[in-house]
Amino acid sequence: MVPLSWYLIVAAALFCLGLYGVLARRNSVAILMGIELMLNAVNLNLVAFWRYLEPARMSGQVFAVMVFAVAAAEAAVGLALIISLYRLRRTVVADEADLLRG
Amino acid sequence: MTIPQVIFVVIAAVVLVSAVRVVASRNIVHAALWLILSLFGVAALFAVLEAGFMAVVQVVIYVGAIATLIIFAIMLTRREMREGGLQTHRWWPLPALLAMALFAGLAWLLGSLPGTGATPPALAGDDSVLLLGQALLSPEHYVLPFEVASVLLLAALVGAIVIAGDSRK
Repeated sequence: MVPLSWYLIVAAALFCLGLYGVLARRNSVAILMGIELMLNAVNLNLVAFWRYLEPARMSGQVFAVMVFAVAAAEAAVGLALIISLYRLRRTVVADEADLLRG
Repeated sequence: MTIPQVIFVVIAAVVLVSAVRVVASRNIVHAALWLILSLFGVAALFAVLEAGFMAVVQVVIYVGAIATLIIFAIMLTRREMREGGLQTHRWWPLPALLAMALFAGLAWLLGSLPGTGATPPALAGDDSVLLLGQALLSPEHYVLPFEVASVLLLAALVGAIVIAGDSRK
């Protein structure tokens, strides 16, 4: 079988790629995609730890289900904000969203 | 390498390569399509981990709902940044350096962990979905977070409709 550390390495790489996407991309939708990658990495870690360390108790999977719910809420609100911003300023570039600048 | 390890490496390569394309693709629509492939790969990893319910939920929620939502948002806002323009800001090496440093740190940390052995312990019962449902809905386990999550989802969806709705009407 596959050692647990392989899953953790893959999840760490996925998280770092998502982090780079969040920090480096200009398009707000692409930033949201990076956040989805990071949430997926966390879910992968939770399920892998559940399978390898505590398969009798379902805490890992329950946590992952909660992450799913929060991710769905985050995607809905985030994309609504992006659409609202686009309607107001005709842009989705994060740098140009400076409505709150004094 | 044994057969499960080969399967794992293939799926992990698909996940990571498509994740690289998600963050590096110049065309935002292509990035969204690569994101779908990456999410499918994670669902396959869940299936390899014998968490069948999580794999199904991953496909239904991420691929079915969130990816569709992202593609809709791209279509509604894609007048600019569609063709080949610069997709990253000019300080992009800094986040790249940060991400690589974080990965190096995590890899070092994982290397120093005590090994847990290659074989996971046997599953408790035949039906982990049954156990998951009982854990989610029994009062001594997680019924309160479950209900709070459902209220959060409702509030988020109402809020999304209010924010994205046309306020000029």
